[in-house]
Amino acid sequence: MTKQDIIKPENLVYGKTKVLTDNIMHYCPGCSHGVIHKLIAEVIEEMGIQEKTIGIAPVGCSVFAYNYLDIDMQEAAHGRAPALATAIKRLMPDKVVFTYQGDGDLAAIGTAETIHACNRGENIVIFFVNNGIYGMTGGQMAPTTLEGMKTATCPYGRNTDMYGFPLRISDLLKEIDGTCYVTRQSVHKTANIVRAKKAIRKAFQNSIDGKGTSIVEFVSHCNTNWKMTPVQSNAWMEEHMFAKYPLGDLKDTPKKRFDEINHL
Amino acid sequence: MAKFKGAVVVDTERCKGCGLCVAACPSKVLGLAPQVNAKGYNYAEMVNEDACVGCCSCGYVCPDACISVYKVTL
Repeated sequence: MTKQDIIKPENLVYGKTKVLTDNIMHYCPGCSHGVIHKLIAEVIEEMGIQEKTIGIAPVGCSVFAYNYLDIDMQEAAHGRAPALATAIKRLMPDKVVFTYQGDGDLAAIGTAETIHACNRGENIVIFFVNNGIYGMTGGQMAPTTLEGMKTATCPYGRNTDMYGFPLRISDLLKEIDGTCYVTRQSVHKTANIVRAKKAIRKAFQNSIDGKGTSIVEFVSHCNTNWKMTPVQSNAWMEEHMFAKYPLGDLKDTPKKRFDEINHL
Repeated sequence: MAKFKGAVVVDTERCKGCGLCVAACPSKVLGLAPQVNAKGYNYAEMVNEDACVGCCSCGYVCPDACISVYKVTL
């Protein structure tokens, strides 16, 4: 059987989802953003919620996410995506609202908005891509940069006496009563991608069911600013990032509703 | 046990030659082409067509969604 006999429309088992547009992504070769965009698009298509999903793009590498996802999207000021998502979800409660943020956006400038949106238990989904560095601006140190990791602004490695410790924001958010689902995933291998897709689906379902805020963190890499090839940076991530940011579900309990707490 | 045979089609103009599919393929089917596309990237192509079983690992890891996988049961 030749290749031409196999390549027929009825034999197609994997292809690009229609929720992703035909625009060529501006991300560097091998960037995890592409895989995460693709997973979100696939889940939106499988759940049939393309018409009622609203995404919030952040400031950072994924600032142009609205060019690649064929859904309604809104661009937020730096770090303010959860605040904007709150407004959209409260005005249009039947929509599924998600934010897509990096670590410089969510864990640095947007910490207050993130924590308070979670504390209010808004029924939104927060996708948090953590690569331990500011990617778009040229590889500066982020709050999530590992101890001893070299970046453009700490060329001798992150010194915890001077710059503090890597911020595990998901561990912080799981302690807040408003969150219902906090999980940390990665997209570097096929098995992890399948697990990450299940987590995205669960997060969207929680939003539809009104259980509270869902946070899906993706431990990711930035091969350009880590100065490695994509395959090398995946291996480096597995060796170093997962020790500080272990994968798995951190929390899976619905938030308590007001009438439940007060026995009304 | 059923045997499968697969084929991979790469959208060569979208491909950025990151090599993640080459590393992810369990059957070592894919490789980077010596030619480049319009943007100057060595795109991925099938170098060992007979070994493909259509597992879709390359498609899952592709960040640019440029891989389509076809599969038949023999």
